[in-house]
Amino acid sequence: MNPFNFRRVSESDTAISAIGGPGYAKFLAGGTNLVDLMKNGVERPERLVDINRLPLAKIEALPDGGLRLGALARNSDTANHPLVRQHYPLLSRAILSGASPQLRNLATNGGNLLQRTRCWYFMDAGSPQCNKRAPGSGCGALEGLNRYHAIFGASEKCIATHPSDMCVALAALDAMIRVRGPKGERTIPIADFHRLPGDTPQTDTDLGKDELILSIDLPKSPFAAHSHYLKVRDRASYEFALVSVAAAMDIQDGRIHSARIVLGGVAHKPWRCEESEKMLIGNRVDAAFFEDAGEIAVRNAKPYQHNAFKVGLTRLAVTKALSIAGGLA
Amino acid sequence: MKDNNPSPNECSESSDQRIRAIDDSRINPNLTRRGFVATVGVLTGGAYLSKPLRGRGATLVEAGHETSTGAVSLNLKINGQPRSLAIDPRVTLLDLLREHLDLTGTKKGCDHGQCGACTVLANGRRINSCLSLAVVHDGDQIVTVEGLTNGNELHPVQAAFIEHDGFQCGYCTSGQICSAVALLAEQKRGDASVVTEDLSSTDPLELTNDEIRERMSGNICRCGAYPGIVAAVQDAHQKSGRTKA
Repeated sequence: MNPFNFRRVSESDTAISAIGGPGYAKFLAGGTNLVDLMKNGVERPERLVDINRLPLAKIEALPDGGLRLGALARNSDTANHPLVRQHYPLLSRAILSGASPQLRNLATNGGNLLQRTRCWYFMDAGSPQCNKRAPGSGCGALEGLNRYHAIFGASEKCIATHPSDMCVALAALDAMIRVRGPKGERTIPIADFHRLPGDTPQTDTDLGKDELILSIDLPKSPFAAHSHYLKVRDRASYEFALVSVAAAMDIQDGRIHSARIVLGGVAHKPWRCEESEKMLIGNRVDAAFFEDAGEIAVRNAKPYQHNAFKVGLTRLAVTKALSIAGGLA
Repeated sequence: MKDNNPSPNECSESSDQRIRAIDDSRINPNLTRRGFVATVGVLTGGAYLSKPLRGRGATLVEAGHETSTGAVSLNLKINGQPRSLAIDPRVTLLDLLREHLDLTGTKKGCDHGQCGACTVLANGRRINSCLSLAVVHDGDQIVTVEGLTNGNELHPVQAAFIEHDGFQCGYCTSGQICSAVALLAEQKRGDASVVTEDLSSTDPLELTNDEIRERMSGNICRCGAYPGIVAAVQDAHQKSGRTKA
């Protein structure tokens, strides 16, 4: 691990001023991803700002019926919070699908948003090609081993996937990310928070390098009664998704009033299936519609040499997640 | 290092200074095998360690000092014992325990958060000590497998692992046991897992073997002693219920 300057801070403003200035600096929270990347030599920050003492760990109800999840609330505490379990069970289940109890006890909500891809060409600092790690070096996965890689929204520069389960549920729940920088606060919709790789895959998110995530705000949700997070992976637990689906529906009198279908493990960011959602609206809860939704979801899929199986898997996973959410399975 | 001619700056500290910078509390007049290995480890790691410590290796950082380019102050309790240290910020909690405090019950498996052998309890919560820098644990209470026993009396989970053959080679066992101790507390508190059907109820749910398997999934056993591990956790759970009643 490279040497770095270490600083503990206890106030958000101090943290923001500490992250600015010369040299490459990173906030350190749970560290489950950052410390790992530093051990691999993928991340080599010159300064670490320990933000674990900032007062950002609360989970609290908002006046409009929504819920504020502090950026430093641990993933385990978030998944098990009574208000999350009662009103946003989709989020609980997504978080509990990821990593292990030990990792969820360390990992924070803000850190989960900022997870880096587990693409092996990125994770291996000795691998010569990775535009995300070393811009301009090429993409090792494009013509290489790409079984885990994207089938949506990729570019010639990068076909990596976003590894988070939590973010897939957040995208289905229309979360807003509240951040603060030297110029003040702003709120970023989850759909705009993560980027597609395009020509600059080294930039994962819209977050400025001197901005601090304060909280994830969830609006009041109509989906608590009919939602499901389905994760398909190579082993039963403690593994990243090949494909995951956050399915949520607002069902009134047997008809689908609104719907959210978001995919994980298939793109550089949580991948929303708006065409499938639109098709469902106004229809009855019926297995045939859920099959159609799966078909529509993969219409524009673009697989690579080793991940063509993800297309059929995604189609079936969407149908199954909707069926479970809708009470048919 | 033998072929290198390190610059005067890089190896300017004496070995004594460097060890003191890393752990002032380490007072061991007898050179043990582990002590010798740890000392040699520190010395041979000198080329890597020396940069942030350069020129100030022997300067212990005052408690409460916020910023440091070298050793960082760290006060914590380990198995009930207060420790006051000054340590290179790159040292993980796992390496602090094993290499600097001789608490070698906690094991290093993958060192990347993928196996769970390094599981310890921080403020009662199970964590991977390999992915946690020691310096973020200022003020924390750490319990390792060495801290679970009550004198010579084994913790009920330790006794259950022996009774049910919850191991073969034993390398993952201290992590499995720390993990299981936390699992039982989480279950009592009403925590859910991904295999919990109804997430909306926060009452303690039935700890089925499927629940145990999912909740222990962060601890890999290469010997495949899983049937014994599940039986041991289930037995410890049943017995703790009886004790409570």
